[in-house]
Amino acid sequence: MKEYKTITQVAGPLVFVEKTEPVAYGELVTLTLPDGSTRRGQVLDTSKDIVIVQVFEGTRGVDTTSTVRFTGDIVKLNCSKDMLGRILSGSGDPIDGGPKIVPEERRPIVGAAINPYARQYPREFIQTGISAIDGMNTLVRGQKLPIFSGSGLPHNDIALQVARQAKVLGEAEEFAVIFAAMGITYEEAYQFMKEFERTGALERAVVFLNLANDPAIERLLTPRMALTAAEFLAYEYDLHILVILTDMTNYCEALREISAAREEVPGRRGYPGYMYTDLATIYERAGRIRGRKGTITQMPILTMPGDDITHPIPDLTGYITEGQIVLSRELHAKGIYPPINVLPSLSRLMKEGIGEGFTRDDHPQWNDQMYAAYAEGVDLRGLVAIVGEEALSERDRLFLKFADEFERRFVQQGRYEDRDIEQTLDLGWELLAMLPERELTKVERKFIEKYHPKYRKGQAKAEEAAEEAS
Amino acid sequence: MEVKEAGLVGEIYRISGPLVVAEGLKARMYDLCKVGEEGLMGEVVGLVGEKVLIQVYEDTSGVKPGDRVENTGMPLSVELGPGLIRNIYDGVQRPLPVLKDVSGDFIGRGIEAPGLDRKAKWEFKPIVKKGDKITPGEIIGTVQETEVVEQKILAPPNIKESTVAEVYEGSFTVEDTVVVLEDGTELKLYHKWPVRIPRPYVEKLPPVVPLITGQRILDTFFPVAKGGTAAIPGPFGSGKTVTQHQLAKWSDAQIIVYIGCGERGNEMTEVLEEFPELEDPRTGKPLMERTVLVANTSNMPVAAREASVYTGITIAEYFRDMGYDVAIQADSTSRWAEAMREISGRLEEMPGEEGYPAYLASRLAEFYERAGRVKTLAGNVGSVTVVGAVSPPGGDFSEPVTQNTLRIVKVFWALDAKLAARRHFPAINWLQSYSLYIDTLRDWFTENVSEEWDELRKWAMEVLQEEANLQEIVQLVGSDALPESQRLLLEVARIIREVYLVQYAYHPVDTYCSVEKQYDMLKAIKQINDWFFKALEAGKTIDEITGVEGMEEFARSKLEEDYKTAMNAALEKIRKNLLGE
Repeated sequence: MKEYKTITQVAGPLVFVEKTEPVAYGELVTLTLPDGSTRRGQVLDTSKDIVIVQVFEGTRGVDTTSTVRFTGDIVKLNCSKDMLGRILSGSGDPIDGGPKIVPEERRPIVGAAINPYARQYPREFIQTGISAIDGMNTLVRGQKLPIFSGSGLPHNDIALQVARQAKVLGEAEEFAVIFAAMGITYEEAYQFMKEFERTGALERAVVFLNLANDPAIERLLTPRMALTAAEFLAYEYDLHILVILTDMTNYCEALREISAAREEVPGRRGYPGYMYTDLATIYERAGRIRGRKGTITQMPILTMPGDDITHPIPDLTGYITEGQIVLSRELHAKGIYPPINVLPSLSRLMKEGIGEGFTRDDHPQWNDQMYAAYAEGVDLRGLVAIVGEEALSERDRLFLKFADEFERRFVQQGRYEDRDIEQTLDLGWELLAMLPERELTKVERKFIEKYHPKYRKGQAKAEEAAEEAS
Repeated sequence: MEVKEAGLVGEIYRISGPLVVAEGLKARMYDLCKVGEEGLMGEVVGLVGEKVLIQVYEDTSGVKPGDRVENTGMPLSVELGPGLIRNIYDGVQRPLPVLKDVSGDFIGRGIEAPGLDRKAKWEFKPIVKKGDKITPGEIIGTVQETEVVEQKILAPPNIKESTVAEVYEGSFTVEDTVVVLEDGTELKLYHKWPVRIPRPYVEKLPPVVPLITGQRILDTFFPVAKGGTAAIPGPFGSGKTVTQHQLAKWSDAQIIVYIGCGERGNEMTEVLEEFPELEDPRTGKPLMERTVLVANTSNMPVAAREASVYTGITIAEYFRDMGYDVAIQADSTSRWAEAMREISGRLEEMPGEEGYPAYLASRLAEFYERAGRVKTLAGNVGSVTVVGAVSPPGGDFSEPVTQNTLRIVKVFWALDAKLAARRHFPAINWLQSYSLYIDTLRDWFTENVSEEWDELRKWAMEVLQEEANLQEIVQLVGSDALPESQRLLLEVARIIREVYLVQYAYHPVDTYCSVEKQYDMLKAIKQINDWFFKALEAGKTIDEITGVEGMEEFARSKLEEDYKTAMNAALEKIRKNLLGE
């Protein structure tokens, strides 16, 4: 074992060690402080003269007499099926008072890239029971769909509701949830834990907790730990995994901290130029692989600083993930839960996962129509603010009403309300029925005749009549 | 291990992510090196005194100072020959199916995999015979690579002029010699070419033929020429990738090279699953039969991402040299630029704007300049059309990659998040976009489509421009305050937008629209416009006109397989209802 007492410099989370034997890039490091406590770190830069180590648990108390030990190993997670039901720290150690996890396998937490040729395109519709997601921005199994939120918005409630209600139609098996908390408060974490315990979901969950008062640099490990656990359970035990990562903004802050300490050339707003690549190595670990049963679906949560969607964190995330669910402060202020603004929201994979054989035959065109109508209504609100509602034509007033009803009846639902896809689509048709039929240009005639309440009532009447006659 | 020339082996001094510094190594810029015990692939990107800076195409975890580095003495090259089509490569031309066979579902390290299959046999039909003169780049024979693509086997552009001594016909692997020259040179079915050096040609020709994409807004309003360059910048979710996929599917090029540069893994999977199923409207064969894929997704090593665009364009130039029209889709050039930035940062170079290296503009220009319609060394005419997606941070077009790209490319397709939010697809903003090929392509459209083409497209564009002006007024005072003729114009503009510009990429019929159909549709809309104004003169009210029966059928007629019949029926209905018998 190689041990050194040659620390020459400590800068923020970084420790510089001199005169070592050759040390491998990425090697795991243990520091022993004068008081006997230990810290873990990883080699960030190595040369014949100097080795730079980033210390995950922070450098408080580190001095030049501390001992540095290079383990010859890289950072790994003890993986076992027994992880399910356990609560682990942000760096993978049990913190629930339970026994140590006996590893079936020790996996490097930096996962290798999935060969694009080995991937299978995600197509299976996940019903979350939330209309604004299922109907408008459908989630499919193996997708990475983040929630773009803001401070004070109920993103945690939505994530919990998704975790609670998510199912694939026709399959009894539930998702196993891997929950990774990065820099969130104890209260937020407590809310998650309580809910998991209450619903018994904890048995099918692995929780990684790095709270706000835990070392910031540890956050760089947490999502990778979580995804390593996810890959192990998905590909070794054929489980369907839903990974919730919250809050990715804190992760990016930690990344910036390391970058600043290394005096790297900063990119936009001080974040390192490689943040895109770094985030990609996290998000791209979602997916399905041909010939394997298990899948990994990701729902990262991030709070947009200043609600600014062009901020580097949501921006780079949006370029990697397969869409985004955007929460709106305005809807939240109106008392609407979940405050999902469907206009900037998007699910890139929904087109393959909806329609006949997946959800319902009318869904794709219904989706276009709902979007177009709501967008028009929202536009008209701007006009009303200037010229007043009286100046609008009859037609415009209907669209305005549609937009209001859309928010109040379609988007709004209870935290425990689990709407199935039929209910969601039918509710949409009820709203569309407010508009003149000739405005429904995005849906084919046959769907109007099949699902429009006007014709359905007719159908019901006809059926009644037929019954009476018999 | 074979004996190496002295000085071609050195040892590692430092490792920092994808950057490795070696010492004791003799090297030239851009030499290909094997780094560490695993032999990771890398490329020399800088020389500082005795030290050699190498960017490594694979993850460097576990590599130590003192490990050996070996210089191959060769620049990074690609293998050009039969077996390219239908293949999917990483950024340095390793076939992904081979990597999967070797290392499973996840990509391992230090795997050597030649770009072309060494075992596959190809039926070679020589064109040259004994005694013929052979010049560099000349066609020596052919191989039917797929049902659609006949690969012309080229003499490497860097041989000396000579005379054919032997010719062999029959079934060969790529490494077998098929032609022997009198100076002793043996020509095989493939040759190598360094990716960073453009392949030579005789001369560039003017871009006078459009690349027909089957997308109405592109072909009609913002056409790109064969051999031209275009950029699609847009914020995330505005449809860059869908547009690139549409171009890869429906462009009337003979060969498509699709580069997935630092983008999502599932997007490449989509192409891989979809293209073998889709039929090329011109040949009736699966689209995969003319496609080469280069996939270096965002989570694959960043240095290989930097190389991927060069790999892709070199393959494209090779097919161009056979006399084919090649279209190349680079999605996304921003990720390429970011890879440059990342490497540059590790090299501790002085940064330019937003941390990008100062040579960003020249690298972009060099890349796009490899596009063009040319007279090849073999004497044919071939072209490479480059379409680059740009992903500006925050959708802000003023950032360096977008700006430097726009200074070079001739066509600008501006994607618009607002249009995307209201599901107007393709979300290409018709007021911001432009094409500088309109004038050079006018003659082609006049000759091949119709003499009215140019008039019609000008008229439609004017209506859209006028709409934008009027909208500003409407925003202030409401549409009721406008005179009737202007309200009618707004209605016509709406028809152009919703019927003509909106095109459903996922609708089996609407996904591809031939130029003839584009002309028919545009002409019909002009016709409706004329009837509208005639009806207005005849005293009909705006509501009567805009609510005329038949419009709904007209709007849907573009979705019919036999669009002409449906459209004419709808037109007749509109005419009767507006103007009577």
